[in-house]
Amino acid sequence: MTDPGTTPGTTERRSPLDAVHRAAGASFTDFAGWQMPVRYSSDLAEHHAVRTHAGIFDLSHMGEIILLGPGSAAALDFALAGKLSAIEIGQAKYSLLLDEDGGIIDDLVVYRTGDDRYMVVANAANREVVAAELVARAEGFDTFVSDESDDVALVALQGPDARAVLEETPGFGVDDGPGNDVEEFDVQLAALKYYRAFPATFEGEPVLVARTGYTGEDGFELYVAPDRAARLWEALTETGGPRVVPAGLASRDTLRLEAGMPLYGHELNRDTFPVQAGLGRVVALAKEGDFVGRAAIEAGPPTDAPVLVGLAAEGRRAARADYEVYDGEGADAARVGVVTSGALSPTLGHPVAMAFVAPDAAEPGRELYVDVRGTRVPASVVPLPFYKRPA
Amino acid sequence: MTDLTALQYTEEHEWVLVDGDTLTIGITDYAAEKLGDVVYVDLPKAGTQITSGNVVGEIESTKSVGELFAPVDGEVVEANQAVIDAPELVNSDPFGEGWLIKVTAPNLPKLLTHDEYRALTGE
Repeated sequence: MTDPGTTPGTTERRSPLDAVHRAAGASFTDFAGWQMPVRYSSDLAEHHAVRTHAGIFDLSHMGEIILLGPGSAAALDFALAGKLSAIEIGQAKYSLLLDEDGGIIDDLVVYRTGDDRYMVVANAANREVVAAELVARAEGFDTFVSDESDDVALVALQGPDARAVLEETPGFGVDDGPGNDVEEFDVQLAALKYYRAFPATFEGEPVLVARTGYTGEDGFELYVAPDRAARLWEALTETGGPRVVPAGLASRDTLRLEAGMPLYGHELNRDTFPVQAGLGRVVALAKEGDFVGRAAIEAGPPTDAPVLVGLAAEGRRAARADYEVYDGEGADAARVGVVTSGALSPTLGHPVAMAFVAPDAAEPGRELYVDVRGTRVPASVVPLPFYKRPA
Repeated sequence: MTDLTALQYTEEHEWVLVDGDTLTIGITDYAAEKLGDVVYVDLPKAGTQITSGNVVGEIESTKSVGELFAPVDGEVVEANQAVIDAPELVNSDPFGEGWLIKVTAPNLPKLLTHDEYRALTGE
């Protein structure tokens, strides 16, 4: 055995929920300089809990960058690939920060929290670069960009029971001026659609309740002050009882993989055009005015640029990131691509992977072979996602 | 309950139970915990000659792949079919039902004691 773990204590950024995780017996992993829970007991059990009941995740390592001012919408239209001026207050949108060459600096969820206010949520590893790019790109627009990541904790409650647990959890309300309106919270939660958010309170302190997630299940993401995060976590887990299982980053990764969701650094990077990763729709070429990366996106990648596909295999040997993909079994087979993420799917029971392959090898049904540590394992190209929750 | 002090250990996080010239080999609870839920094991078949230090098997979790290193020169006499059928035994009972292979070896190398191994893992 080689030690697949990380050396404890090499990074020291700790979540505001660190003590809660330690009390729950979490194992930790280094993630973008943070010590975050990789699992509490069993990553498979945590995965299944999210698919069948609910899981609670600490995502406090993610970055939150605020734009405030009358020019915020115009600034984001210039800075990002999407048309953020078109979203309503209370709406969220998945977007991309592109570089001048059309490559992806990060993928983001942007919330419009006011007429003049947006919150941009960035991957932990990219927080600094996203904040710096937004500051630079907002120059000349009437907006103020501030990285408020250190003042925001993030708790995600994901799974088919998430909504019921959130409804039942005491302490939530909506600040309606004269006081805290608990009934209004229930009304707003009941009306909350996917990719929408509303400002609420938890035990009198602000919390943004968003119906978003990264698991393929219904669920919520709750943005709260770091000193309130532990109380919020405890309230949700106490109310949820056996329906809510603390879930670590290992299960988060298999959940998002089954749901066909890209992960920065695996499916997305600066050498990848959005269209290659199936994200062409995220780029709003129809919006007026220039935006960073527009010229490169309009020119497009070369016609032989690899494209992202799903691969499904039989047996139990999973393809993993960086394994090579071939068009045949023999030594003379041509290399046609590379795996970006892969695992034995806990829900489906067979290996699944995402891979970039040559466009002429990308049609669904095509039989390819993944080199799994010296063995060519057959795998079929399949449409993404691998898993869709029951309607 | 296995007496962990009666086992010997390797720096690759394997345990070895010596019974005459037959060795039972598995991975430690520390290694199993680091791997996460084991979902697949690939073990050498009975009759396979193994050489100390070589990779002879794989232990896959949802997150990663661990390699099984031969701690001795010898011959595999049995691979644990129960673990092949139910890889989760590596997590639930790493020192018992989760054993991986039995090997006959004419000469035993110097391995770590329980105390030495615990010092290595800092536990």
